[in-house]
Amino acid sequence: MTAPAIELKGISKSFGPVHANKDIDLRVEKGTIHGIIGENGAGKSTLMSILYGFYEADAGTIAVDGTVVKIKNSDQAIALGIGMVHQHFMLVEPFTVLENIMLGAEGGAFLNKGRAAARKELERLEREFELHVDLDAVVDDLPVGLQQRVEILKALYRGAEILILDEPTGVLTPDEADHLFRILGQLKAQGKTVMMITHKLREIMAITDDVSVMRQGEMVATRQTAHTSVDELAELMVGRHVLLRVDKGPANPGAVKLSVSGLTVVDELGVTRLKNVSFDVRQGEIVGIAGVSGNGQSELLEAIAGIGPIASGEVHLDCDAEDTPWRPRPGLGHVPEDRHKMGLVTKFQARENTILGYQREAKFGQGMFLDRAAILETTKAEMERYDVRPPDPYLKAANFSGGNQQKIVIAREIEQDPDVLIVGQPTRGVDVGAIEAIHRRLIELRDSGKAILLVSVELDEIRALSDRILVMFAGEIMGELPPTATEREVGLLMSGVRAEEAAE
Amino acid sequence: MDFGFWISFFDSTLRSATPLLLACLAGLYSERSGVFDIGLEGKILASAFAGAAAGVLIGDAYIALFIAVMVSVFFALIHGVACITFRGNQIVSGVAINFLAAGLTAVIGNALFSMGGRTPQIPEDGRFREFPLFFADRLEGVPVIGPLADVLLNQPSFVYMAFLAVPFTWYVLFRTRFGLRLRAVGENPAAVDTAGISVIRLRYQAVICCGILCGLAGATLSMALNAGFVNNMSAGRGFIALAALIFAKWRPVQAMFACLLFGFLDASEARLQGRELWLVGEVPVQFIQALPYVLVVVLLAGFIGKARAPKAGGVAYVKER
Repeated sequence: MTAPAIELKGISKSFGPVHANKDIDLRVEKGTIHGIIGENGAGKSTLMSILYGFYEADAGTIAVDGTVVKIKNSDQAIALGIGMVHQHFMLVEPFTVLENIMLGAEGGAFLNKGRAAARKELERLEREFELHVDLDAVVDDLPVGLQQRVEILKALYRGAEILILDEPTGVLTPDEADHLFRILGQLKAQGKTVMMITHKLREIMAITDDVSVMRQGEMVATRQTAHTSVDELAELMVGRHVLLRVDKGPANPGAVKLSVSGLTVVDELGVTRLKNVSFDVRQGEIVGIAGVSGNGQSELLEAIAGIGPIASGEVHLDCDAEDTPWRPRPGLGHVPEDRHKMGLVTKFQARENTILGYQREAKFGQGMFLDRAAILETTKAEMERYDVRPPDPYLKAANFSGGNQQKIVIAREIEQDPDVLIVGQPTRGVDVGAIEAIHRRLIELRDSGKAILLVSVELDEIRALSDRILVMFAGEIMGELPPTATEREVGLLMSGVRAEEAAE
Repeated sequence: MDFGFWISFFDSTLRSATPLLLACLAGLYSERSGVFDIGLEGKILASAFAGAAAGVLIGDAYIALFIAVMVSVFFALIHGVACITFRGNQIVSGVAINFLAAGLTAVIGNALFSMGGRTPQIPEDGRFREFPLFFADRLEGVPVIGPLADVLLNQPSFVYMAFLAVPFTWYVLFRTRFGLRLRAVGENPAAVDTAGISVIRLRYQAVICCGILCGLAGATLSMALNAGFVNNMSAGRGFIALAALIFAKWRPVQAMFACLLFGFLDASEARLQGRELWLVGEVPVQFIQALPYVLVVVLLAGFIGKARAPKAGGVAYVKER
């Protein structure tokens, strides 16, 4: 048997009191695709960063191709043939593809000499691995799928034999993800070793040979993908049995509560972000908006919430909530897409975050003064009902995990008893266990007769929760599909191909 | 306003633009690497003083120039240590350097020469005179071409240096490995780090380049355009250079034109004083002196469009996930 591409023994790493990696053993065979899964904060990224020389382990050894090595910085990792594609691409946006790839491997003090050689080598790599990218394009102008290819090319150009991908499909359309998997298959066929970090179980099943599961900084299991199941992996990840499917009965749509007609939004640069968007959301149903992020969903949410500009068109809410001068749309609850930027003030304590946006409601205080006791009570009650951990109203929002932060936001918006709830990316960066709870809560809300608009880039989530699916592309609604639509049908619309065109 | 008037106007424009251009390019190296530098002004002032004082005391222009540049690099390194190593606020550090330079030059100047912060006039050997190039003198007397050649080819060497630094900087920035990395580290230091290059070292190199060029700018003021140092000699040139840098959107060739524009305004100051202007009559001196600053505000506000600063500018690099 040949030596494994990577062998980790007893790797530990702490950040202050936090034990990010505890005594990790991992063996990755040469020429395989090895998946690493785990919830957020399980220590996957830390482990990979140690491998790539971003951090140094406190204890343990790393062996590459059977030789024990020390990796102190990225330079050494590159020299050992380890390449990494980061979750947030490490690209210089105003540079061309070629410049980005040459950075750090210029081949001499003057660029002209190295450029021609680099171009030739890259064209060879592009052909060999089906990684076609225009080398002279500016990275900023490329869609994310292509930017990712640039990252892969960058690693290969540096002679990577072992490629680490951190959450590679988070930003891709299903089509792009399929293409990525083909590329990874190609890499494997050429004898390269691929390590892929993800929290999407389906991808693990689809592409990997082996899979290792991490939980709370420990490596809990390694399985051959062929001999495991999604259910087993989910259970290993969370540490208890998880319900992956959402149980819901049929919807009972009633009167139209939210009506959007001819909505057009133009941003400050004069770019049209939303083009003549119209739809209704009825009470007792969840309408899902699918689409790759950046196709107008954010603008749509903001326009409906009354916090973004509207060029033309109308948003009509049919609620009997009182008109309040301090809320742009009374009767509407809004769970923003980005909890850090819009949903929370992370430096505030949980109890202060509980009343954000509702601080002028009579129940939270009179006149200039806040009723601190009432606020505290509300926070405690919400934390209990939504299982926020730790249930400490005085803890700063920044110190909760992503899932618990999201629960705080969702609790706040739901507990105001809105008639219409608009929800952006409810489970982005949220652990499997918390996703289950959030999904269940949204279904309950639907069944109690609320109108819900759900925007998510997670196709699985949209399909599991929605009663109707609208697909957005480039600021337009491409079409409406039932939740039973196949991933391919939705994927086609997401990439801008209308149903009638696809049929041709 | 005859030909002679325009020739001398052109001459003062070039001379006024020279320290601006050197300082502007200095800022370009630093800011392209992601280190904002409000302290150009302080570095110019400190090196102008150091050059003049050394010129007076030592009497050797080249040694004095070396000292001026070293002083400026020293101040640049203080900024570097504060902002790169200790991740301090770049604006605060820059402002501190300006105060430090203004105070130190006055105090040390007074202690050394007891002339209220001024230095005595630098002796002939301690300063830089015009340095005629090629055949400039042989064209003397030829109409039109003669005086023009005198302006272009008979200047202190700093003037040639400043204008040669423009294509040089362009080449370094866009055609060399160092330039590629410099531009990258100002946009996305994490990309540079993961490519196996030290962000810290690269930024220090940039800051040192900035110090050298600021030192030349200061020496130009006290050792070539004048023959001695007076209090607050830089007179806001560091800030005008920053404005020019923004005008130029951090590009060297455009920086040259921006500096020429400000040099032109500076030169017109002296020529407009006391003159009757069409419609408005005699313009008060104060108004003319304020003109460059007014122009900065007006142009920055309305005419040059959105300037896109290096994206990572002003932010210290912290490895994190």
